[in-house]
Order: sequence, then structure tokens, then C-alpha cells
Amino acid sequence: MAYVGPITRPDLMTFTAPCTAALGAVFGFVVGNAFGSPWIGVLIGAALGFGLAYLLCQFEVPRTAGRWAVIAVFAILGLVLTNLGGAIAGALVGGVLSWFVYWLSTGAYRKNVPIYYTSLQTLWYNSFLFICGLVFFFLVAPLVPVMWLSFNAEDFFTFTPEMLSFDPAGYSLKHYRDFLGTDEWMVPLKNSLIIAPIATVISVTLGTLAAIGLSQSHVPFRQWIMAIMISPMIVPLIISATGMFFFYAPLGNWLEATLGLNQSFVGYVKVILAHAVLGVPFVIITVTATLVGFDNSLTRAAANMGANPVTTFFRVQMPLILPGVISGGLFAFITSFDEVVVVLFVGSAQQQTLPWQMFTGLREQISPTILAAATVLVTFSILLLTTVELLRRRSERLRGLSPG
Amino acid sequence: MSDSTSSGPMLAADGTPLKISLSRALRRQKIRALALIAPLLLFVVITFIIPIATMLFRSVENQIVSNTMPEATIALEAWDESSGEAPGEDVFQALFFDLFRAAEAKEHTKLGTRLNYEQTGTSSLFRTTGRNLDDVGELWQDPIEDIAPALKDGETWFAMMSGTGGDALFDERRTLWTEMAPDEFEGEVGLTLSGDVAKILPLTAAAYADWAIFEALAEERDIATRDPWEAVYAALGLDLRNPSVVDAVNAYTGPHAQDLQLVAANLDQLPDVMFRDAFAELDEDWLDPEVWQTIKIYSPDYTSGYFLNSIDMEKGVDGAQMRPENQQIYIKLFIRTLWMSLLITGSCIVLGYPVAWILANLPLRTANVLMILVLLPFWTSLLVRTSAWKVLLQQQGVINEILVWLGFVDDANRLILMNNATGTVIAMTHILLPFMILPLYSVMKTVPPTYLRAAKSLGATNWTAFWRVYFPQSVPGIGAGSILVFILSIGYYITPEIVGGTSGVFISNRIAYHISSSLNWGLAAALGTILLSVVLVLYWCYDRIVGIDNVKLGG
Repeated sequence: MAYVGPITRPDLMTFTAPCTAALGAVFGFVVGNAFGSPWIGVLIGAALGFGLAYLLCQFEVPRTAGRWAVIAVFAILGLVLTNLGGAIAGALVGGVLSWFVYWLSTGAYRKNVPIYYTSLQTLWYNSFLFICGLVFFFLVAPLVPVMWLSFNAEDFFTFTPEMLSFDPAGYSLKHYRDFLGTDEWMVPLKNSLIIAPIATVISVTLGTLAAIGLSQSHVPFRQWIMAIMISPMIVPLIISATGMFFFYAPLGNWLEATLGLNQSFVGYVKVILAHAVLGVPFVIITVTATLVGFDNSLTRAAANMGANPVTTFFRVQMPLILPGVISGGLFAFITSFDEVVVVLFVGSAQQQTLPWQMFTGLREQISPTILAAATVLVTFSILLLTTVELLRRRSERLRGLSPG
Repeated sequence: MSDSTSSGPMLAADGTPLKISLSRALRRQKIRALALIAPLLLFVVITFIIPIATMLFRSVENQIVSNTMPEATIALEAWDESSGEAPGEDVFQALFFDLFRAAEAKEHTKLGTRLNYEQTGTSSLFRTTGRNLDDVGELWQDPIEDIAPALKDGETWFAMMSGTGGDALFDERRTLWTEMAPDEFEGEVGLTLSGDVAKILPLTAAAYADWAIFEALAEERDIATRDPWEAVYAALGLDLRNPSVVDAVNAYTGPHAQDLQLVAANLDQLPDVMFRDAFAELDEDWLDPEVWQTIKIYSPDYTSGYFLNSIDMEKGVDGAQMRPENQQIYIKLFIRTLWMSLLITGSCIVLGYPVAWILANLPLRTANVLMILVLLPFWTSLLVRTSAWKVLLQQQGVINEILVWLGFVDDANRLILMNNATGTVIAMTHILLPFMILPLYSVMKTVPPTYLRAAKSLGATNWTAFWRVYFPQSVPGIGAGSILVFILSIGYYITPEIVGGTSGVFISNRIAYHISSSLNWGLAAALGTILLSVVLVLYWCYDRIVGIDNVKLGG
């Protein structure tokens, strides 16, 4: 849809300068409000915006030089008026304003719309992009303060003035030291790292076998079997947790009394089994989805050439459905690693997992060590996300679908 | 063509008819498929489906009343609950022996707690009564021991009660114990009850058997030497109130018959207390017909009471009725849960639709990069996102700080964004938004962009082209995403618990409260059953609209 052709530059005095002035007025209002006089702020902002557009366009300042100069000027302005934090805010405002001037004056704002679009339609198109940008911001931005606050030198959940003025005294790694150095957090982390992988192995093994069974052409009661296997994902967690609570408590007592097993070992077994069930639907769904595209003549060909079913499975079928199995496994892993409700009901204090520790911490608001833990988990999920994305690309390459 | 094919049925290579051979192959294939499925199916059924089914069964189960007070419940059947008066002496007499056993086994408090859900005050009534039942028994024990000093001794009682032929009564008493407190009353007691005594002194024999079973199996003491508990003496006193029993005792010749006859000769020294008055003295609430109405209403083994409670109703004398206005919470809570889930689903549609559209219409490379912004929160731990919202929304939180700093909000009147419904809706919209965007995106991806261009070239405005051509094709995506978000949000627990305060919690928080704090498991199970049936209906719709096989998990 992109328009290719000469882009007419809009008029400076009737379009670029007034628009920049309007944006400047908005910033001026916000900054003026902070200083107690919004309307003076509007006037100053509008004047600054107008002047900026005029200067940059009339003297045709090159883009890079122009933008850096504006950012520097606004940063210094912010530093003079407040502190280091103000300088960063100023730099941001300068960056946005200068980008806006060049975006308008070069006609780049019409780059993605057809040439026959009216001004109103172009305005709508760009506002739409802006709205989408806001939603993306809404999705990702909440994670930023968490990471930022995890470096707080104080034991607060809130920003201190030192943090806002980027004073090094306001920052420290002490919450990370707490996270990594105390049993209070390391034992739960260890528990999570014991429980999640074992639960994942169980659900992946059983789930893959069952998915292969389900994808055969003649399965009686297929719909019902599928419904039963998906049910752990559908039933609200609180109901699953309650049911398991009543089931595993006597089972655990029985295991301890009859087989004479260690209490802590039985506790792990209970939590692992409970998490394995919760992970099953994800494995089933991803693996059956992969098997839909699986060419069954390959297994027949293998059988034809003398391979037994086990060899066929490991040498022919498994390599091809591996991406689906791995991403199902990742889902099962994250389900167990992120699960609180069931472990709260089924586990005992010895099986306290990382999310459990975070949950009690959040409910009672003990310390911002939670935020350090959260930052570690976000980093972890970024790594997982990268893995999944790479796997997806590999799978697409294997099937001959390459992204554009 | 060979002869065999033209003359008879078609044959396979090994000579069997092709039809049989094919059906055998099909059967083998089915068995192989089922063998692959079976381990997981069994695993899920045993560790998931059955536990949930048994949990849901608790919502109608109500054996505790008839198990703890078996004889009183039977005696109560004849009582007319609309009479406005407490039942008669026979019920109180049965209640005494039932509660005596229950109090020794410490089961009466459980029953009190159970009935307290229906009628407040019952719990303390049972507790105080259970503590003082010994005093009632001592009214008989002291005079009997004065009249016949030999009856002070455990050995006398043991010798008197031992014999043959009383097994039927003995087994009956053991069954009653087992029903009240399971798996404690199996094993050898060391007493064979005398059939003669059981015939002459039925109450005494029953009370002694109760004591012997409890003492030998639960307390693991030697019954041959220890004194029986007070209820046995009370039972003896009661038996002897009957003139025909006195005659039978006088004619009795078994061991220690002379001691019994001594007691029977001095009946005037025994108290003529009625149990009704004795109980009224312990706690006058026992004469309150409402307490007895509650006990009678909840004496059947299965009850709809928990379900009625979970829709703010209660069982009255004339059947189900609404609870008083100030005790109604569950209907409100269900409506709030539904309303807030709808609100969250609505905001997810509003925020998710434009994003899904832009992802589906941008070039694939840009879209993949932007997709990461959707998947990052999706993959991030739920608790991390919830704690993020706690950081943002609290009164000293980031949003309030920024607004105060910019002068939009007065420092004294910071916005209350957390611990109410607003907090829950904002945080849960953020948490569930990816579940809306991903199905919407996969549906929009399949709508050819040429349709929109065709509509425009035929003269439609942008709006008409979108509304009449594009939107109808994206409706399945909206349906899929909405049901998914709705199902997830209706059963959410963690986020409302942390940011919801009291006015932003869901029905699931109430279920958790009943499981872990108030211990009213039956009510929790009833609430859970209602919630689960709503979810299952929605799931059925989802299966009809999207098909569970078509669920895509981002990535």
C-alpha cells in the first residue's frame, strides 16, 4: 500500500510550524502544570514549538545535527530548571519535538498512506498508529518500573528522590544480594528448579505419546478423550487446587504410613504430580498442532524399509515434531514454574516455590527483594521467548515457509 | 484375476477374507491408538478428574449429623418442627448418650461447627454442653456407688458384662463408632458382651459396650480394670426406672446380680432428673425450637443446603427461603464476578482489536518484531506482572507520583487505584490482553487484504469498507478471544487477591477463603460447582465456535 513517488513538502508557515506549536503547547501545559502555572506553560511551549520548526526548516538544518542540537538544548534547559531527572525528561521532550518537526516537514507522515487520502484520513491513520503505540506501551511499560525499582537502595516499593535525580547513592544491588544470598529466596528457587523440570518431563513424555495416539485416523471417543485431557487448562485453578487438596492429603499420608517414605520426598511427589497434570493440555495442544502437518506416508515408508515402530518414532517422527514437543514442554515448564494456587494447597512449607514466596511477600509486602526476583524472572522469560522464536523460525524453515 | 476373487469373497494375501482382514487391521489400529493414549488418560482421570468429582460431591454430602447423633436423629423424626416447642424427653435422652460418646471422641465440636454455618451460636452450644455432660452422669454415678460400693470397681463391671450372646448389640455399637470417626475402631476389644445383661438392661449394656470399644481401641487402655464412664451409670439408672426391668433384675442370677439387686432395692436414692431439664440447665438454648429445627433440617445424609447457601437462601421449616437482606453476599459476588469479567473482556476487545489489526496488516518482518511486545508480557510470570501493578497503582505508586509531580492530582487526594475493583480490572486487562490479541491476530491473518481494497474501489468509504466487509470476517476472532478471556478471568484468584482489596475480589477468592480459613468445605464445593458449570458451558460454546483443536498458543 506504500506510496512510491515524489512527496510534496508541506508548507512551513501554515502546516509544520502550527502543528509543532500545538505539540509544544501540550508539553508546555504538562511542564507548566508541574511548576504551578499551566497556561503560561502553554504559551511558552507553543512559542518554542513554532520557533523550533521555523529555525529547523527555514535554515534547512541537516536532520542528525538538528535533532542532537535540540535534544542537547532541552536537556540543559531541564537541568537548569530542576535536576538530572529533569535533564532526562528535557532530552525526551526535545527528542520527540525535533522528530515531529522532521516527520512533518519532510512529508514522512504521508509515507504509508495512499496518495488519494484526504488530510483527515491521513490524520486518522496516524492517530490509529499512535493508539496502537499506546497499547503496546501499556503491554510492556509496567515491567519497566519493576526492574528500575529493584535497584532501590531503600526498602521501599516506591521511588526515592535520589533515584529520580539519578544520584548513585539512591541505587544499590542489595536486593539482588538478598535474593541470591539468603535461604529465604534460594530454597524456593531451588524447589522451583526441582519441581518444574520433573513435572515437565512427565507431562511431555505422556503428552507426546497421547498426542501421537490421538492423531491416528481411527480413535474411538476422540472428542471425549480430548475434552478430558484439555480439562486441566479449562477448569479454574482454584477448583483444581481444591480437588487436589482433598485428593493428595490422604494419598500423602498413605504413602508415608504404608510405604514408609520420607515426608519431604512425598511432598515433592505430590506437587510434581499436580503440576504435571496442569502441564498436559499445553503439550497435547502444541504436539497435535504439529502432527496435523505431519506426512504419514513417511512412517509407512520407514516401515516399508524395515524399521520397527520404535525406530520409526525416534528416527523419523520425533525429529520432525521436535519443535512442537519443545514448545509444548516450554509451556508446561512455565506453567509449573509460575504456578501458585495449586502449590499453596498441595505443598507444605518444605516445597515452597519461588512464586509462592513472591505471593506471600506481595500479600504482606515484606521487602522489595520480590522486585529483584521479578527482574530475574523477566530476564528468564526474555531468554525463553528468544528460544521459542528461534524454534519457530527453524520449524518454518524446515517446512519451507520462510518469513517475508 | 485369480479364481478366488471371482468365485468367493475377496481374499487378502494370507487367505482370510478381505473384509475380516480389514476390520482386524482397523481394530489393531484402534487398540494401538488407545494404548498410546491410555497412560495419560489414566493419569489425568486419577489425579485430576476423580479428585474434582469427589470434591464437588462434598457440596451435597451431609452425613456428619446422623453419624454423630445417630439415635437422637432417629428420635427426632417423630417431633413436629412446627409445634414451636423443643422436643420431648426421649429425644434429649438419646441426645445425652450420643453427645456423651461424641464428646469423648472430640467429634461434637465438628458437628457444632457444621451446624453453626446454618445457625450461629450452635458451635458454642455444643462445646459448652460437651464439657459439662460428665456432671449430668455424676448425678447417677455418686448415689449408685454409695448404694453398691462394688460398682465402683472396673473389675465388677467387667465381670458383670462379660458373657456370651451379646454380639449383635456389640457389633451395632461398633458400627456407630466407626461411622462417627472412621478407621479408629477396628480390632480386638477383649470383651464378649453378655446376652442376658443386654436383654435385661439394654441401655446399660449399650453404654458399657460404647465405653469398652472406645477405651480399648481409641485410648488403648485395659478395660478389665478401669471404671466405666458416667454415662454407664446414668444408663443403669434409666433402665431401672422401668418396673419390668426391676423385676427382671431381681430374677437375675448372673455375676454380681446381688449388686444390681441392691441398686434396684434403693431406687428412691436415685435422682428423678429429666434429661430435658438437665440440658436446659447446661444451656437454655436447648429449649429453643430453632436449634432443633436446624438439627432436624440437616439430619438427612444428603442436603441441598450448601447450594441454597451459595445463592443466599436457607432451609427453613417451610422449605427454602431467602436469607435476611444483610446476610446476602453470594449472589452479589457472582454478579460482580460476571460483571467484572465482562468489563475485562470488553476492555481487552477495545485494546486488542487495533493491535491485532496492525499486526496482521504490517509486513511480516515488522509484525514479528512487534509480536515480541505482545509475547513478552504473555511469557512473563503472572506474579511479576501483578507485582508490577502493585508498584504502579498503590497510593505512593508510580502513577500517583507522576500525577502529583505534574500537578494534576493534589498530594492530599491521591487517586485510589488499588484494593478496589478499578485495580482488579486494570491489572487483569493487562494480564489477559495477550489472550485476546493472539486469537484475533490468527483470524485476521486469514482475511485477504484484497477484500478491503475491492470494497473501496467499488466506492465504499473507509468506514463502510471496514464495518461491512472487514469487521464481519473478524468476528470469529472476537468470539474466540472473548470466551478465552472470559473463562480465564471468571476463575482468577491471584491478581484479585493482591490488588483487589475487598470490593475487587471474585467468587474464587471466597472459595479459597472457605477452604483455608472458615473450613466450610461444603459451601466452598457448592460455590465451586456453580463456577465450574458456568465455565463448562462457556467451554462448550468455545468448542462449538473455535474447536478445541484450533487453539493456538502464541509462538
